[in-house]
Amino acid sequence: MKKPAYDEMFDATQGVRPSYGSFAAWLDSTPAEVIARKREEADLAFHRVGITFAVYGEEAGKERLIPFDIIPRIIPAAEWQRMEAGLRQRVKALNAFLDDIYHDQEILKAGRIPAAQVLGNSQYRAEMAGVNVPGGTYAHIAGVDLVRAGEGEYYVLEDNLRTPSGVSYMLEDRKMMMRLFPDLFSRIAIAPVEHYPDLLLENLRSVAPENVANPNVVLLTPGQFNSAYFEHAFLAQQMGIELVEGNDLFVRNDTVFMRTTQGPQRVDVIYRRIDDDFLDPLAFRKDSVLGVPGLFNAYRAGRVTLANAIGTGIADDKAMYIHVPEMIRFYCGEEPILSNVPTWELAKADDLAYVLEHLAELVVKEVHGSGGYGMLVGPTSSNAEIEAFRAKILATPDNYIAQPTLSLSTCPTYVESGVAPRHIDLRPYVLSGKEISMVPGGLTRVALKEGSLVVNSSQGGGTKDTWVLEH
Amino acid sequence: MLSSTADHLYWLARSMERAENTARMLDVTYRMSLLKQTVVEPHHEWRAMLSISGLHEDFEARYDEPSADNVMQFMALDVDNPGSIYNSILNARENARAVRGSISVEMWETINATWLEMRKIHADGIPEDGVSPFFEWVKERSHLSRGVAHGTLLRDDTFRFLRLGSFLERADNTARILDVKYHILLPSVSDIGGAADYYHWSALLRSVSALAAYRKVYRDLITPTRVAELLILRPDMPRSLMACMNEVNRLIQEINGPSSGELLRRCGRLHGELRFGSIDDIFGRGLHEYLSEFLERIYDLGDLINTTYFWSTDELPAGLPPPVQSFNMPVAGQLMAR
Repeated sequence: MKKPAYDEMFDATQGVRPSYGSFAAWLDSTPAEVIARKREEADLAFHRVGITFAVYGEEAGKERLIPFDIIPRIIPAAEWQRMEAGLRQRVKALNAFLDDIYHDQEILKAGRIPAAQVLGNSQYRAEMAGVNVPGGTYAHIAGVDLVRAGEGEYYVLEDNLRTPSGVSYMLEDRKMMMRLFPDLFSRIAIAPVEHYPDLLLENLRSVAPENVANPNVVLLTPGQFNSAYFEHAFLAQQMGIELVEGNDLFVRNDTVFMRTTQGPQRVDVIYRRIDDDFLDPLAFRKDSVLGVPGLFNAYRAGRVTLANAIGTGIADDKAMYIHVPEMIRFYCGEEPILSNVPTWELAKADDLAYVLEHLAELVVKEVHGSGGYGMLVGPTSSNAEIEAFRAKILATPDNYIAQPTLSLSTCPTYVESGVAPRHIDLRPYVLSGKEISMVPGGLTRVALKEGSLVVNSSQGGGTKDTWVLEH
Repeated sequence: MLSSTADHLYWLARSMERAENTARMLDVTYRMSLLKQTVVEPHHEWRAMLSISGLHEDFEARYDEPSADNVMQFMALDVDNPGSIYNSILNARENARAVRGSISVEMWETINATWLEMRKIHADGIPEDGVSPFFEWVKERSHLSRGVAHGTLLRDDTFRFLRLGSFLERADNTARILDVKYHILLPSVSDIGGAADYYHWSALLRSVSALAAYRKVYRDLITPTRVAELLILRPDMPRSLMACMNEVNRLIQEINGPSSGELLRRCGRLHGELRFGSIDDIFGRGLHEYLSEFLERIYDLGDLINTTYFWSTDELPAGLPPPVQSFNMPVAGQLMAR
C-alpha cells in the first residue's frame, strides 16, 4: 500500500493543521444546504460573467467553464515567506541567464552549462544576440509551477517564462470567495491579491524604453478565438489599457503606432500574449497574420518594449530546467532556496536506459511540450499506452525528460460523492521590472479526477482560491 | 479609440438599422402590392424594390421570378444575400461580439438575444400570416437595441460611433424608401393624384412611422410635395434626411480628429444644402434625380468616414516615409458595402 500524499488540511492522524483551524471550524458549523446553495451561485455567476476558455481539438469554438472549488488552499505565512524568497531568487537568476546567453555567455564560457545545449536548442533565438532590452529584464511575467510532495517539501515543476496564463482565475476566484463568504474574510487574516493588475501595469511601465515620459502600454492578443482571450480582455480592462490585435498596430521609422480614430498613437510597451513565432511576419513566421510587420526591427532598435522579451523560451525549456540550480549559484552566488524535481535527461544514454526500464513508475514529458499534452504518467497508464510511448521515446530520445512520479499534495475538494482529497499545484506570478514584485499566493489548480496528477485546465482541472495567511 | 473598435461599433449600429429599414421597405412594398394597379406587369412592386436596394442582379441569378414569396425569402432570410435581414442581424451580433468589452452588458445581451431569436425564425421559416408580425419584431428589436445603448452607455466616442452608424444608415434608407414610390409609379404616371396614388403615399408614410406625424403637421390631404417635404426637409421628423444629417453633422464635429477636415467639409455642405433647401427646388430638379444624388453623397461620406477614422494608415504624422507595405483593411466594412 502506497503512503497517502501530503494533505494541506489534515495531518497523518487526520487532525486539522493549524493553518486550516479557523476555516475547518467554519466549514463544520455551516449547514450543507448553505454550501450547496453557494456552490450553485458560484457556477451561475461564472457562467454569466463568461469566464470560459476554448479547448483545442474539441468542437471548434466550443467554450468550457473551468470548475471552481470553494475549499481554499491555505498557505501559512512562514511557508510563503520562504517560497517568495525562493521565487525572487529563481526568477532573478533566470533573467540574468537570459541576459547572459544573449550577450557575453559567461556561464557557457565558465563551462557551467554545456554550450551546445543552449546554442543548439531550437528555443535559442540567435536574432536576439546582442539586443539590449530595458534593464536587462526578459521574463517580466513568470509563472513558476510549484508542487508539494513527500513530507510537504515544495518543488519547482517548471518555469513558465513565455506567456504564462491563468492569473485571471486567481483574481476571479478571490472575488467569488469574497462574494460568497464575506464573513470568512473578516474572521481570517488573508493577504489580498486584488492589486495584481496595478502591480502588473506599474511593472510594465517601469520597463518602457528610456526617455518615454508617460509610456503607452497595450495588450496584444491573437484575438477572440484564442483559448485565453477572456483573460486578455479581462487584464486589459483591469489595467485600463487598450486590447489590440496585430492589425491595430503598425510600424514606421522603427516606431510602433496604433491606429486610432484620432490618428496614429505611439506605443511604448507591448504586453504580448502571442508566441515569438507569430510576432512579426517579416522576422519570424511569414504566414503569421497575428503579428505586426516590422515589429522586430522596432524592438531591436529599442523603440518599444515587449513583455515578455523575445527568446525567453530557452530558459523555461525542460532541457534547461535541470541547470537552473546552477544558474542560481552562478549569478546569485547563493544556494537555491527552492528545489528542482530530480530529472533524467533522455539525451544521456545512462538516463535513457534507466528510464526505459522504469517507465511504469515515471512521468515522461516532451522537452518543448506544454499544457499537459504529449506526456506519459506511468503509474496511471495502461501497458499499451506505455508501449506506445516507448516507441515515441526511442524515435527521438532527445525530445524527452523523465521525473519520478511525485505524490502531489492533496486538498479536500467538492466532488460528486462529497468532499474528497484531490491533487493540487500552485502557480505564483512573479513580476520583474525595475524591481521584482508579486502578490501573495497565486493560482491553485486541482486535478478533479480521483488519483489524477494532471491539473491543466485543458485536461479537466479546476481551480481554488489561494490564501496566504498574514500571520 | 482604436480604429478597429470604432469600426465595429459603427457597423454594429449600421447593420441593426439596416435590418430595421429593410423590414420597413419590405413592409411598404408588401402593402403597395396589395393595392390594385391600373397598369401592371406582374410583380412590379417587388422588382422595383430589388432595384432600389441594388440587389436585383444577385436576386435574378438565384431566383426565377420576383414574386412576393421569393423576394421575401431573399430579403428576409437568405443566408447568401449579404443585405438580408438575417445577415444584417448576424453582422450586428458579430460586430458586437468583437467589442463586448466596450459596450454595456445589457446592450450585448439585447443584441445576442436578437440573433438567437433570428436563428430560430430562420430555422422555422416565416408563415404566410406571420409576415407583418415578423416586420414588427425586427423593428422592435432595433428600437430596443438603440434604446439600451441610449440608456446604458457613457456619452463618449463609443456612443458617438454607434449613433453615427445609425443615422448615416437611416439617411440612406429613408432616401431609398422615398424612391420606392418613384419606381413603382413610373408606368402609371397618369394616375398621379388619383385614389391609388393616395394609398401609395399613405402606405409609404406608414412604413416610416410618419402617417400620424403627417396629419399632425399638415392637417390636410396627402400630397407628394408634402410627403417629400416631411421626409426630406423637416428637422423634427426623426427619420427625415434633415434630422439624420443634423445628427451625423453634429457627431462628426464632436468626434473630430486630426484628419477629419475633408469629412467635416463635405458633411457640412450636404447638411447646409438640406438646411437651406426648398421643396420646390427639389421637385424642380426632379425628386428621383435629387434622391439619387443624395444617395451617392451618403455613400461618399461613408467612404470618407472609413478613410478618416478606420484605416488612417495613409494619414501619418508629417515627415514619416511612405508605407513599407499595405495593411489589411477591415472586412466588416467591405462586407456591408452596397
